[in-house]
Amino acid sequence: MKKFALVAVIVTGSLLLYAVGDFPAFGDAKSPANAGVEGGFSVSRYYITETAADTAVPNIVTAVLADYRGYDTFFETTVIFIAGLAIFAILRVANPGAPDRRDRPSSDSGVEGDHNRVIIGMTCRLLIPVIQLFALYVVAHGHHSPGGGFQGGVMLGASFILIAIASDLDTALRRFSERRYLALGCVGILIYGGFGLLCQLLDRHFLDYGVLHKLMGVTPVMARSHSMLGVEIGVAFTVTSVMFAIYANLSTRGELRSGL
Amino acid sequence: MDFLRTSVIPHFNYWIYVILMMIGLWAMIGKNNLIKKLIGMSIFQTAIILFYVSIGVKTGADIPIPAHHAHHDEAAAGAGAREEEDKLDPDAFANPLPHVLMLTAIVVGVATLGVALAISQSIHKDFGTLEEDEILEKIKASTHDG
Amino acid sequence: MAEQLPALILLAPLFGALLVGLAGPRDRRVCFPVVLGALAVSLCSAVGVLVRVLAGGPVDYFVGGWSEPLGIGIQLRVDTLNGLVLVVIAVVFVLVGVFSIRRAGEENTEKSPQYYTLFLLLAVGVFGMTVTGDAFNLYVLVEVSSLTGYALIAMGSSPRGTVAAFNYVVMGTIGASFYLLGVGYLYMATGALNMAQIHEIVATTGAGGSRTVLVAFILILAGLWTKMAFFPLHGWLPNAYGYCPSTSSSVLAPLVTKVYIYVMIRVMLGVFGAEWIFEHVGWTNIVVWLATVAILAGSLLALAQTEVRKMLCYLIVAEVGYMVGGAWLANRWGMAGAVYHIVADALMTLCLFLAVNIIVKRTGRLRMDAFDGLFRKMPLTMAGFAVGALAMIGIPPTAGFFSKWYLLRGGIESGHFEYVAALLLSSLVNAVLFFRLFERAFFGGNPAGGHHPDRTAAESGPTQQGWVGDSTLLGGEARASTLGPLLAAAALVVAVGLLNGPIVSAILRYFENMPVLGAP
Repeated sequence: MKKFALVAVIVTGSLLLYAVGDFPAFGDAKSPANAGVEGGFSVSRYYITETAADTAVPNIVTAVLADYRGYDTFFETTVIFIAGLAIFAILRVANPGAPDRRDRPSSDSGVEGDHNRVIIGMTCRLLIPVIQLFALYVVAHGHHSPGGGFQGGVMLGASFILIAIASDLDTALRRFSERRYLALGCVGILIYGGFGLLCQLLDRHFLDYGVLHKLMGVTPVMARSHSMLGVEIGVAFTVTSVMFAIYANLSTRGELRSGL
Repeated sequence: MDFLRTSVIPHFNYWIYVILMMIGLWAMIGKNNLIKKLIGMSIFQTAIILFYVSIGVKTGADIPIPAHHAHHDEAAAGAGAREEEDKLDPDAFANPLPHVLMLTAIVVGVATLGVALAISQSIHKDFGTLEEDEILEKIKASTHDG
Repeated sequence: MAEQLPALILLAPLFGALLVGLAGPRDRRVCFPVVLGALAVSLCSAVGVLVRVLAGGPVDYFVGGWSEPLGIGIQLRVDTLNGLVLVVIAVVFVLVGVFSIRRAGEENTEKSPQYYTLFLLLAVGVFGMTVTGDAFNLYVLVEVSSLTGYALIAMGSSPRGTVAAFNYVVMGTIGASFYLLGVGYLYMATGALNMAQIHEIVATTGAGGSRTVLVAFILILAGLWTKMAFFPLHGWLPNAYGYCPSTSSSVLAPLVTKVYIYVMIRVMLGVFGAEWIFEHVGWTNIVVWLATVAILAGSLLALAQTEVRKMLCYLIVAEVGYMVGGAWLANRWGMAGAVYHIVADALMTLCLFLAVNIIVKRTGRLRMDAFDGLFRKMPLTMAGFAVGALAMIGIPPTAGFFSKWYLLRGGIESGHFEYVAALLLSSLVNAVLFFRLFERAFFGGNPAGGHHPDRTAAESGPTQQGWVGDSTLLGGEARASTLGPLLAAAALVVAVGLLNGPIVSAILRYFENMPVLGAP
């Protein structure tokens, strides 16, 4: 196996290097990827010059991500959702022996429950709202600065994971129960797809946000901009819940008990 | 030396990416421990990200977020105002497309890694080990018994 | 409305999946009607699109309305080839959906809503791969279908199945990553991601002669071959499909490899172009030889198996060899045979897997002896199995015969006699394999000296060893929800065979403007 692996690696590596000699120089603004083949149309140039007029979004990456190639991003969100679902499907085991969470005495109320963890608990108490607020900012400000649904969603998910790490998984699950995160993952995609479906109901193609100006009462260009915010929020929902789902299942081998 | 100057230096990033990719592929195929395989998978995927992002680099170019404060107010006022404006110089901004593609690829990578970790945990539950040869031995033993 | 059909094919199962995901955990009874309804919408849309394509040429759909200038958005494109493939995929999904009514609940007692969600999302991925016209979007949908595939294999399967799923993840990721790298190389050379646009640039500008495009082609091909289990890269397939839950294998085995073959043909014709591949690169001989080796190796490995389901898995490996070889014969008969074989093989593999899954479940045995005396005990199931088996061997009037016929014609016209010989030999091996099973099913398992013509089925049936006792579980036929799809699949195998004339002439019309594939 090792020998086979070595051969495969060397063959692949030399194949890739064989083409590298043919590449345009690093950082060349006139390379086909950056400026199209000579005389031809360049997608990337189009994005840079026309995004502002087409969508009124300053961050070109966000515009391409959520609008021009929004179909990719839609399925990217689906992929994340599938990952959450798959981990649930593979790992989750019912634990009939465990007492119901609600029946347990609620001595550990709140993040700082454990007396030995006063410092950690207090720090998290201060930190988590800030993290969540910043996450919301990142989601909402994706139009103007690097950010968006994925980044913000990961942060929101991390804040719940932080609760789980600082106290225990039960505390985190009380705030974000399994039923809730599974549903929220669906809802996120439903929001994204809902925008697309709405466009279809208004007799346009899937995700053609421009037509939503009829509902929003703004120009078609601004309707695109606003819809992008909408789908980013959907993405953030899904990413948040799946990040937490992955942590919760992986850290407890699917038992969702106490955890690390 | 000449080879270094004409072939390696101008394509420095691409050489690094190929080496990273080879490391990752080697770990994925050649390593015995399942987690090491997954580490290799991550390296492999990261190498691809490096490759894509390298494509979009333009020397001296800015991030693909054109000075937004001025534009935003106008956009709010109405999109028509933009027509008279001069078009942006495309060479002054980095290529946004590879970044978009890689955002997708990163997410896919995370998803795959999560699922693969879940599967390896489930394997550990069944076999009590994550070494491939030990797992194969146990499988062989169980098929001979049963 | 008609305009929305290409998108509706995959949006219906997607929203269906979300509905199941939301409502399923509360009330399991919601799952099944939603699954079937969503898939029925897909099937109707696919048929509708195919009708439109046959009447008025390829149908384009621009997601987000970004049609001008071409390439800034994502294009969906349905032509004769993928219209056909879409319909077949939808049919397979509907049949397996019906098959899984009670099965899914039994195999994943706790998780049937999650199972159904993943099942529908697999449909989304497979439809999306077939319908997309964008090279990068294809990667995303490959991952959608792969991740659902990993999950469907790993959930609720035996320890061996879980190990197989892990190998599948590793191999699948290597394949997908190679494809992604290839797309990156193409993007580097052409600056485009839209398939039609890349094709135009490769065909008309100097980019076609560059090393970058060549390496991109190799990478993409290697990636797709890994994903479709083309012979030396097939390692992940037999265990993954052999040890996973029966409802999962029933849908994965017929579809996944075939869809990748369609994708390979799409990439060959729609991205690089037949001219570039067969005249500029011209590795026809090498690949046809590889396919020949794949056919022989798959057949021989199948012969060596003792478990029925794994035997079928190796037959899939051989069938992949058929189709890759056919597509690379560089003539229109081979290409048409490959496309027709996608249709035929999806249906006959479905037939065989459904039958074997029913039999394995009923008898509780994985090995060949599960078939002992089955013609008497489960005549309908065995009839379905027999149709699939005869199609695999290539006996008229099943679809398997005609697809082999076209592939052979392609092989002979292009002078690749090694491929022709391998095809015939593999048919022979299939005949040996299946007649071995038929023999058991007719005469086997009867301790009192086998085939006495005077012993009727009624006498000997229920008294066989292992069949005594719980007669509601073991005796007689499978229930209608599993038997119905099997018989429908068997009927379709024959129907597609009888309709081979119109289907193939429609496919051939698609190659009319590709002179490199030979004059019509």
